[in-house]
Amino acid sequence: MATPYIGVPIQRREDLRFLTGAGNYTDDLTLPHQTYAVFVRSPHAHARIRSVRTEAAARCAGVVGIFTGEDVAAAKINGLPCGWLIHGTDGQPMKEPPHPILAQGKVRHVGDPVAVVIAETLAQARDAAERVAVDYDVLPAVVDSVQALKTGAPLVHDDVAANRCYTWSIGDKAATDAVFTHAAHVTTLEFQNNRLIPNPIEPRAVNASYSRADDHYTLYVSNQNPHVERLLMGAFVLGLPEHKVRVVAPDVGGGFGSKIYLYAEDVVLTWASKKVNRPIKWTAERSESFLTDAHGRDHHTRAQLALDRDGRFLALRVDTKANMGAYLSTFASAVPTILYATLLAGQYATPLIHCEVTAVFTNTAPVDAYRGAGRPEATYVVERIVEAAAREMKIDPAALRRRNFIRSFPYQTPVALLYDTGDYDATLDRAIEMADVAGFPARRAEAARRGKLRGLGYSCYIEACGIAPSSVAGSLGARAGLFEAGEVRVHPTGKVTVFTGSHAHGQGHETTFAQVVADRLGIPMDDVEIVHGDTSKVLFGMGTYGSRSLAVGGTAIVKALDKVIAKGRKIAAHLLEAAEADIEFTDGQFRVAGTDRSKAFAEIALTAYVPHNFPHDKLEPGLNENAFYDPSNFTFPAGTYICEVEVDPDTGIVRVERFVAVDDFGNIINPMIVEGQVHGGLVQGLGQAMNECGIYDSGSGQLTTGTFLDYCMPRADDMPSFQVDTRSTPCTHNPLGVKGCGEAGAIGSPPALMNALTDALGVADFAMPATPQRVWATLQAAQRKQAA
Amino acid sequence: MYAFRYQTASSAADAASRLAAHEDAKLLAGGQTMIASMKLRLASPSDLIDLAGAADLHGITVDAKGVTLGAMSRHAEVARSADVQKAIPVLAKLAGGIGDRMVRNMGTMGGSVANNDPAADYPAAVLGLNATVNTTTCSIAADDFFLGMYETALQPGEIITSISFPIAKRAAYMKFKNPASRYAMVGVLVAQLADGSVRVAVTGAGPVVFRVAAMEKALEASFTPAAVASIKVPAEGLNSDIHAQADYRAHLITVMAKRAVEAALA
Ligand SMILES: Cc1cc2nc3c(=O)[nH]c(=O)nc-3n(C[C@H](O)[C@H](O)[C@H](O)COP(=O)(O)OP(=O)(O)OC[C@H]3O[C@@H](n4cnc5c(N)ncnc54)[C@H](O)[C@@H]3O)c2cc1C
Repeated sequence: MATPYIGVPIQRREDLRFLTGAGNYTDDLTLPHQTYAVFVRSPHAHARIRSVRTEAAARCAGVVGIFTGEDVAAAKINGLPCGWLIHGTDGQPMKEPPHPILAQGKVRHVGDPVAVVIAETLAQARDAAERVAVDYDVLPAVVDSVQALKTGAPLVHDDVAANRCYTWSIGDKAATDAVFTHAAHVTTLEFQNNRLIPNPIEPRAVNASYSRADDHYTLYVSNQNPHVERLLMGAFVLGLPEHKVRVVAPDVGGGFGSKIYLYAEDVVLTWASKKVNRPIKWTAERSESFLTDAHGRDHHTRAQLALDRDGRFLALRVDTKANMGAYLSTFASAVPTILYATLLAGQYATPLIHCEVTAVFTNTAPVDAYRGAGRPEATYVVERIVEAAAREMKIDPAALRRRNFIRSFPYQTPVALLYDTGDYDATLDRAIEMADVAGFPARRAEAARRGKLRGLGYSCYIEACGIAPSSVAGSLGARAGLFEAGEVRVHPTGKVTVFTGSHAHGQGHETTFAQVVADRLGIPMDDVEIVHGDTSKVLFGMGTYGSRSLAVGGTAIVKALDKVIAKGRKIAAHLLEAAEADIEFTDGQFRVAGTDRSKAFAEIALTAYVPHNFPHDKLEPGLNENAFYDPSNFTFPAGTYICEVEVDPDTGIVRVERFVAVDDFGNIINPMIVEGQVHGGLVQGLGQAMNECGIYDSGSGQLTTGTFLDYCMPRADDMPSFQVDTRSTPCTHNPLGVKGCGEAGAIGSPPALMNALTDALGVADFAMPATPQRVWATLQAAQRKQAA
Repeated sequence: MYAFRYQTASSAADAASRLAAHEDAKLLAGGQTMIASMKLRLASPSDLIDLAGAADLHGITVDAKGVTLGAMSRHAEVARSADVQKAIPVLAKLAGGIGDRMVRNMGTMGGSVANNDPAADYPAAVLGLNATVNTTTCSIAADDFFLGMYETALQPGEIITSISFPIAKRAAYMKFKNPASRYAMVGVLVAQLADGSVRVAVTGAGPVVFRVAAMEKALEASFTPAAVASIKVPAEGLNSDIHAQADYRAHLITVMAKRAVEAALA
């Protein structure tokens, strides 16, 4: 037997370089004749630009070039494209106002880039940038999606009426509304899903250069999908052909979605590198990250659930106003629609669902996909309203969920998705056992004796991952395919380099994918190397987001491996003088079935490259295969989270005392990496629920939470020790049976915490995040109500 | 950061004369505030005078009367000093609760007190323990030192050399950390001094550290948590921000004071 690799908690091979400072990030790269860029950004949320004067800046020492919106317009550079075209309920395409790479005429959020200064050193670029004089005519700003829709609200784009990008809907409205007229019980909730600012450890960074020798651009960029970056920038913005542009996303220190997108700075530097004929580097300062990285969430939602007397769900209707920020970021329009409303069935057989979404422009940073992207928002709606209904109807929340679970698969939801498999009782049962729900009343009583309030909350989430079948995505407005590509290059000695279009920025692909390859080929893992992130090496790729890498990228690799094995079988049949049909491949050996005659994988590889004795009439030499894989469906990870909190009513401090996560990710390749992904996701989700909130001042449109002094990132001591486990129903439509695990924690955990908190406080609802001040104020208000 | 000249001082007196020589010169202690504001281009000193090499600003001395911390005592040094832990345990504990490990390894007592950030911890210890601030020109009683937000009794060119903290009978510090910055959103130091008098010093809640006379009086009558439990501090004049409105800060002062008394008695 060869060493087993599947299901084994192998240590991440990439960690040695990450943990010892040997990683190679974009900012680590310094090219000969390097210059540095500094962006002049709008200090206002909304203003007309009267003039931009650069003469004084141009005279500063070391300045190599200064470019403004006028230069960009003169060069006929297009705006940044949005990758997803949504058609509204009225049949009209969404409003897509221009998104210039340097502001033209108007600035629309604090941090909007107005000009770029390029100089010999970073300090010189900064000095000169301070001397760029921009004369603004400041306009009133609007930062909130509900306010922005009101008559008389400032218009972010002069020709987008009411700031409305689109109003889109899904589901049968008439039939859904009809149920509400006679339902035995209706639960209503209205809330804000708080805006989040991603904050990966490594800020965005760009290093662009142009070679006159071969008319070739090279862009190093901290990005999650270099091929898509090249396609969008080359084809849509700068008009550069792919073969003249190389995009490299080397080690990337976290993305969480915020590095999927094509950003203005990437394009400005690429274009300017030819103008100044020097490499240009820009690394965002943390303050710039806060102001200009795409933010997440920011939905205002009103939801209603109709139930019959026994607590069976009859219908769900949801109305959401989604804040898009000032411009449409690359996938912004898909997030509150395709990735959100389609998930509103959750784990339940709710027969009727209708959801209307209005996407709204505001004077804030663009909002786009952020870990979970739409699915956390959907899960929050479903799991909060189900819990609220259970309390209103005095039904045990777990029992109410069970009463409505989907149990027969495949299951067609009323909101477009077809769930292939799942076992929601299994994850709920296991979570209840691990959380010792039976012992909760005693723990609550004991806490009460200490003057503390204890609460328990569930969340049974589902998500759609493995994005996506291209045909489905296309019919829903995607302007790109969503397959993945992989290439397996077998070297003459039998060592293997695998190229994948997936991109790793902390996920551990170099380990997980190598495990898959080593297992499939029956060779040691040390003989396998995974390469990603460079358009000049990898044939193509759609990149990493939506927990798609293993399910889609991994499957592309498997398909290429199977082609390698198929060819190997032919070579082995020739060498062993047997029929191809008689050759079996196990544990790295091609064997004539039922005999001890075999050839090892490495021997076959050598034969392919030293083809002295080779079936030249039937085969080409060499052993190198590639494959593209387009999934036939999404995958549907699901699970149950149970959270137990304790509140100190004197201070409002909320402590998470227990947190249980039981997930169904299908088959698991590396349980340690999966556990790490769950932990990270949970921290991000609990961070949203307890700590984080991006706040813009409603008057000035300034970002109030623009530094870590005010934007509260969760810290280790805010978190409990997580108890995690898995249950498995393998995905039915990919060969690995995998579903994806990268976002689950962030999707499922916020409602679990808020359900526990509202239980502890005895209130119907509570707006995230549960900061001490808000908890204390809620308790004060409850006390005053009681006294009155 | 703008360009500046870097200088090293060999003693407090050397630092004072270098400081006097340039109009826009500034002192550099641990740099935890100074360097950040220079990087943000909010400060642009012509000369930066590093105090790290001034031997007379370093050192912790403990005797029967109290603890004297050299201005350049790093927070981590104070936190782990066995002598300080024994003589005035609250001081070591307070220093050990500042920022994170890196900040404590660099940040200094003198820098913190001179800077007088409204949310800093040390001012509560200086005022609450009735310490004396020793400078290159004079000694200043704690009650006279902290004047307003980022404002102290230090004259231009005056350098803190050390601070003497008298030994208290009992004392404790309770810090309610700002959830984001982890500075004090409300920090209350309660001390019963050697002469039996009580001090309650509050940091983080207002524009500058202050004492709560009503609580001090109540505790002098009866040093028990119950004595302060119902004393409310008016919200007027307290800080309001996204993390805590003034009324919440006012409430927390009472809660933290009560807990500090409990801890002091434990
Ligand atoms: C991430 C972070 C978290 C922090 N958290 C906390 C916290 O929780 N609680 C807290 O109290 N503080 C906190 N701080 C502040 C830190 O503890 C330092 O005390 C503070 O930054 C000042 O000390 P310093 O030695 O770094 O002074 P510097 O930054 O070097 O100097 C500060 C100012 O004081 C002047 N100065 C320095 N020494 C003297 C002297 N001897 N005489 C006269 N003037 C002088 C300088 O010229 C300068 O203007 C934090 C800082 C950071 C960066």
